[in-house]
Amino acid sequence: MPRVVITGAGTINALGHDVASTYEAFAAGRCGIGPLDIPDGDRLSNRVAAQVRGWTATEHFDLRGLSLYDRMTQFALWSAKQAVAQSGLVFDEPLALRTGVILGTAGGGLGTIDDSYRAVYAEGKNRVHPLTVPRLMASAGVSHISMVYGLRGPAFAVSTACASSNHAMGLAFQMVRSGAAPVMLTGGAEAMLTFGGLKAWEGLRVMSTDECRPFSADRNGMIQGEGAAVFVFEAYEHAKARGADILAEVVGFSMCSDAHDIVMPSSDGAVRAMRGALEDAGLAPEQVGYINAHGTGTKANDANEAQAIRTVFGAEPPPVSSTKAAHGHIIGGTGAVEALACLMALCDGVIAPTLGYSQPDPLCPLDVVPNTARRARVEVAVSNAFAFGGLNAVLVLRRM
Amino acid sequence: MTNTAQTIIGIIAEKALLEPADLTVDTRLDALALDSLAMVELVFALEEAFDISVPFNANEPGSEEFDLSSVAAIIAAVEGLVSQKAA
Repeated sequence: MPRVVITGAGTINALGHDVASTYEAFAAGRCGIGPLDIPDGDRLSNRVAAQVRGWTATEHFDLRGLSLYDRMTQFALWSAKQAVAQSGLVFDEPLALRTGVILGTAGGGLGTIDDSYRAVYAEGKNRVHPLTVPRLMASAGVSHISMVYGLRGPAFAVSTACASSNHAMGLAFQMVRSGAAPVMLTGGAEAMLTFGGLKAWEGLRVMSTDECRPFSADRNGMIQGEGAAVFVFEAYEHAKARGADILAEVVGFSMCSDAHDIVMPSSDGAVRAMRGALEDAGLAPEQVGYINAHGTGTKANDANEAQAIRTVFGAEPPPVSSTKAAHGHIIGGTGAVEALACLMALCDGVIAPTLGYSQPDPLCPLDVVPNTARRARVEVAVSNAFAFGGLNAVLVLRRM
Repeated sequence: MTNTAQTIIGIIAEKALLEPADLTVDTRLDALALDSLAMVELVFALEEAFDISVPFNANEPGSEEFDLSSVAAIIAAVEGLVSQKAA
């Protein structure tokens, strides 16, 4: 089977508008969470979020694009642009005919939905923007990336709530490994920091009102973020033949379902997903040097995930961190941004910390790399995503 | 029993899939085996019925000022919030 490598990466999130600034923030232990600035935000009870700041869409897109791109699509396009540039790929035929795009997103164009609902319900208007439907489609980001680069291979969006990006990247990995496509652009994007989107989360009563403290005994919930990350997954021989710089290898993926509960996680599902991914990679647990946890900062997820990690990795698991305390929970885009923490560990030998950590929790007996980044030579990194509804997806990356 | 108490018992009974007659003010919530979704639905139903805002975070259900331990505690807490609203 062809080996699969990553030859390009791009992102935008609350920590930075590109990969370099995101790595810098990870390494410095900087937190992207702050006061939320959105219309009607004063009517929310949770008024902090990891919001992308300083993003001026008019600097990046022409008028046609601005009328067509929801914020989610803008994030996806901007991330893809960085990833393609880094990869050095030029999408001529026949490559363009077989290269595809798979992105994860949970909410799709939520800002567009919010704006149009506000117009017709709150403002009593009888018309909405004519491009509302093509803007709000969950697959809009995928379509626009395919159009910008002329990519005419397999292209679709994946929606599995908080695991969307990991499912997307897992499928892209399998597609390249199977020979179905030599190159895939993949990752995820989310822009859920809208009044309606946050009101819905508020109702579930799982949000923190101050900060995200994964695995800490005093954790009190999740904090939402927004953003995207896109990667170029490429067949190793293809990348080697053109002399591309290789960031890391994608070596394993597994997905499974809890079939248990629509919000509560199951340790069994997390265990099976992690074990399956290692088996797919042909690696033993002791070969793993870093785990990027799902680590939402909720009571339920973190205790469950810690138990699952101990079950798979034994009494001395590798360092584990949740970067959600820095970039927030980016929902359908979160696995993609978290894959960057894995890449940084593999490429730069720096493990991003778990911020907000103050008190060990006996239910989470892990080395969570508290508050300060750590130097370590990491050969293999695992990235967990365990979504609401028990949809689990785990990726394994290896240093090249 | 006050109307408020009757309404609250009706709401709790509905979320616990019981009849109001199955509950007394002494019934403890943990005896009703409400799962986390039923708890947030219960809190929502109380907020809607009395137009109040209940401080409740599912991550720290025991540490809030709103006591959800028993039917009597919930009645007292709701009455407290309703009177605060009136004040």
